[in-house]
Amino acid sequence: MTITGIAALGAGMVVIGAGLGIGKIGESAMNAMARQPEIQGKLQTSALILAAFVEAVALFGVVAAIIVK
Amino acid sequence: MTLNTLRAVLFLVSFFAFSSFGFASQDIDDQDTEFNATEMIMHHVKDAHEFHIIDWNNEPITIPLPIILFTDNGLTTFMSSEFHHDDSGSYIVEKNGERFVKYHEKIYQLDAGATAVNFDDEENATNASLPLDFSITKNVFMMWVSVILILFIFISSARKYKKSNNFLPRGIASFVEPLVLFIRDEVAIPMIGEKNHRKFMPFLLSVFFFIWINNIFGLIPILNGANVSGNIAFTLALALFTFMFTIFNGNKNYWKHIFWMPGVPVPMKIFLMPIEIIGMFVKPFSLTIRLFANITAGHIIILSLISLVFIFESVAIAPVSVGFSLFILIIEIVVTAIQAYIFTVLSALYIGMATEEDNH
Repeated sequence: MTITGIAALGAGMVVIGAGLGIGKIGESAMNAMARQPEIQGKLQTSALILAAFVEAVALFGVVAAIIVK
Repeated sequence: MTLNTLRAVLFLVSFFAFSSFGFASQDIDDQDTEFNATEMIMHHVKDAHEFHIIDWNNEPITIPLPIILFTDNGLTTFMSSEFHHDDSGSYIVEKNGERFVKYHEKIYQLDAGATAVNFDDEENATNASLPLDFSITKNVFMMWVSVILILFIFISSARKYKKSNNFLPRGIASFVEPLVLFIRDEVAIPMIGEKNHRKFMPFLLSVFFFIWINNIFGLIPILNGANVSGNIAFTLALALFTFMFTIFNGNKNYWKHIFWMPGVPVPMKIFLMPIEIIGMFVKPFSLTIRLFANITAGHIIILSLISLVFIFESVAIAPVSVGFSLFILIIEIVVTAIQAYIFTVLSALYIGMATEEDNH
């Protein structure tokens, strides 16, 4: 396997992690919204911010993969 | 959504999708040469010294932009049209006895006697040097266009308020007011607090609208490749502004939490200090990478979906590829706003952390 292949594999694995993380945030946010629809706006904001944090880690991985290539 | 707006949106999006399709197809100048998707995509994502609009009968139509170089002999300026669209380093421009070539969007100054730029194994030029390049590139040009647009929108909406005597928004102000109020009520006040938020509103609003408008400009196909907010230097500069705001507005409480965390035993204080200091620098770094990677990834996805047609060399794949790129374009329209919003929220959050009063 070439170094490009390994980098691509790494980027893919990073995306699995980010997908799981954002999925978990989405699940909990939906649950919370169903329980308390009156604070939906607040929940949406914090869910978006948390998703941004998870995504940032994934993007670090992707950028590292691009640089290695 | 009424049927009419739906129809208008569909028309606009399909127009964008098809015109970027047409635009991408221009990159194959020769039927015999193999289509290189990576090269085409990187060409569109990177900055350039001229504004390429379209190829017409194999002749590129471009807007020439000024090239400003600072060499050993001082300032040298000329228009990028003097390179005659050459990017392979074969066309030499001579100015004041200095000779320049453009190779992969980098301008090299040739040493005396050299006729072409040569490279060693590590891609360093052996017979040419890189002068300091202060050119008005495509990205700088688009940034000025968006600055002018922002000035126009906000000055005209401010005038609308001045003219009316009941302070009700009219005209373009009725579009701007909800956005400004949204940033104030949903971002600044919850993150920074009722007391301090006014001081930071100008910064947050500027950042939000500047990123948003640059993101939208990046999606317009005829300006495609003016990937301003997908340029790491641009996002780094914006993140550094946030960093400066947190540094210069950080109160005693903030610095105490970084260097000598209150409420924990002394070994823990020493252990936490380097972590907190690294955290201080990771925040602007993650802001930089997030915006850069999100916008660049969006451009790359759209362009690679369109490249599928040329990779498979079949018409059958075209509806699939155009359909998917249309779908991604619609998502990208949402992403433009979300990324601008997230940058603003996180900036406000970091500023809020720095200005928070001691309450425990």
